[in-house]
Amino acid sequence: TRHSASLATKVFIQRDYSEGTVCRFQTKFPSELDSRIERTLLEDTVKTLNTYYAEAEKMGGQSYMEGCLACATAYIIFLCMETHYEKVLKKISGYIQEQNEKIYAPRGLLLTDPIERGMRVMEVSVFEDRGSSGSSLSSSATSGGSAQR
Amino acid sequence: MHLGLDEPVRECQYNQICTRNSSPMETLSHKKKRTPRRKWQIFPGRNRFYCNGRVMMARQTGVFYLTLVLIMVTSGLFFAFDCPFLASNLTPAIPVIGGVLFLFVLGMLLRASFSDPGVLPRATPDEAADLERQMDAANGSSGPGYRPPPRIREVVINGQTVKLKYCFTCKIFRPPRASHCSLCDNCVERFDHHCPWVGNCVGKRNYRFFYLFILSLSFLTIFIFAFVITHVILRSNRSGFLNALKDSPASVLEVVVCFFSVWSIVGLSGFHTYLISSNQTTNEDIKGSWSTKRAKNNYNPYSYGNVLTNCCAALCGPLHPSLIDRRGFIQPDTPQPLSHSNGSGLYPSTQNHTHMAAATPLLHSDPVMMGRAGPPPSGKTSLGGPCSSLAPSQPSLPSSMPGLGCAGDMLTLRDPDAHCHHHHFVSPEEMPSPLGPSSLVLPFAAHGGHLNPAQLYDPASQDSLHEDSVRGLVKLSSV
Repeated sequence: TRHSASLATKVFIQRDYSEGTVCRFQTKFPSELDSRIERTLLEDTVKTLNTYYAEAEKMGGQSYMEGCLACATAYIIFLCMETHYEKVLKKISGYIQEQNEKIYAPRGLLLTDPIERGMRVMEVSVFEDRGSSGSSLSSSATSGGSAQR
Repeated sequence: MHLGLDEPVRECQYNQICTRNSSPMETLSHKKKRTPRRKWQIFPGRNRFYCNGRVMMARQTGVFYLTLVLIMVTSGLFFAFDCPFLASNLTPAIPVIGGVLFLFVLGMLLRASFSDPGVLPRATPDEAADLERQMDAANGSSGPGYRPPPRIREVVINGQTVKLKYCFTCKIFRPPRASHCSLCDNCVERFDHHCPWVGNCVGKRNYRFFYLFILSLSFLTIFIFAFVITHVILRSNRSGFLNALKDSPASVLEVVVCFFSVWSIVGLSGFHTYLISSNQTTNEDIKGSWSTKRAKNNYNPYSYGNVLTNCCAALCGPLHPSLIDRRGFIQPDTPQPLSHSNGSGLYPSTQNHTHMAAATPLLHSDPVMMGRAGPPPSGKTSLGGPCSSLAPSQPSLPSSMPGLGCAGDMLTLRDPDAHCHHHHFVSPEEMPSPLGPSSLVLPFAAHGGHLNPAQLYDPASQDSLHEDSVRGLVKLSSV
């Protein structure tokens, strides 16, 4: 049988509202993960995600153009075109998957894409090595936007 | 839901940590012997979904149909009776412009009514438990000086201290500017108000559609009003006033509807233009959150400083995606938020008759509001919304008066609207049950017991949840 692991606990990185309603996650390192991963790695991941979200929500020339164009076409254009935000969300999803493969899975952790949790939290699932028992989970393995949108 | 799956089946269903998409759906669906269900079918809020989850509205949609009928009948009469005369005597541009306006109004109305206003999905059981633990810890530690109660978190935004409240229904700390709509039983981001005319909440995602709707409706109303009057005048010049009215009786009806609409709709548009330019929500404005009357140095931390940026941000800002993924398929191993399962029976509602029921009426609504009796305090805007009436004879809005602008709508807030069905009362079913997780154990179930799922959903903690809630109520009443 395959080497399996079971979920020990989940650590939640909450939203940081100090800059208003924009999507940002706290870069404060949760103490429960002290033994599992180096601080800088997780902080880097969160900081990169924060910049992605800032890019998605940025209000500049491009977003105004998109907004005006959409309004002019009575928003019908979104039937065929993705919004800028959605494009960035796809990038984020890919980034999280890559981070999971490279950094977190080898350490027995799993990041869940915040969009799967309504952008409230970033869920870090902590797995314990259980050897070859049957008690394994794939619940958090459905990260990366497995749900249809 | 099958809690007990066979041993051999378990082995092939659950893999080690897999960072690629695994689809247990295929293996499980033939076990369940029914089609995979979509998330809107178990959505915990009081919403209605149509077109297989594409359309999302509030529960009470009667007034929305009234809005639709009023607009279509008035415009229809205009195009049928007034336009032929105007097109031939003045210019054919009139029906064309009218047509474009009408289609735009309809488009914006449907967009505002059918989209997700920015509903925040409820917390998953793990998140809720984690938050409860944090709040318990904060409760236990004592210290001198002022410390906000654990169910309030303070955050400094742009120099202003903002209080984030804990929502008992959704089990989350509400982001700034979010509010819980008791009609729809959802937390909505950047909650503006619940509009019965639109049949939905107005929040972050559909505010621009709502604004464009009332703006274009103002133009349409003024347009129709002006040209119907022109039509009657031109006819009167030819054949006298009474004959003119006889020849086009529809005009009278149109003028009456438009006359009353103009006052209310234009007033509402003006009010919302002010709100947009100062980047406030109706909720904030009515509560006076950023008014200098509250505190000398009170200011709106969300405003960008100048009117143009505020307008652009509200109308041309990025369109946020829906967070509730209503058309997504339910993954059987994904934790679903505690819900009362809107009638579709994933979790039998009998489980929800817990001791929490006793506390539900108070827990459910916004903490400012205590008990069901009596009218809500002025801060509560989710009741019927501050939108004013379109026409005077509205049996469903006994308290609203013609021409009552939105800003003066404190009166309508005091009287619960007849069609609101006393939403303050929450049936025990609607309270998310802490016992619900026993059926949510499925994701962690079928272990055969190495990691006892009960450890994650400790029955003992449910009692403490109850105690907590009651304690929390006492604290909130002093906030």
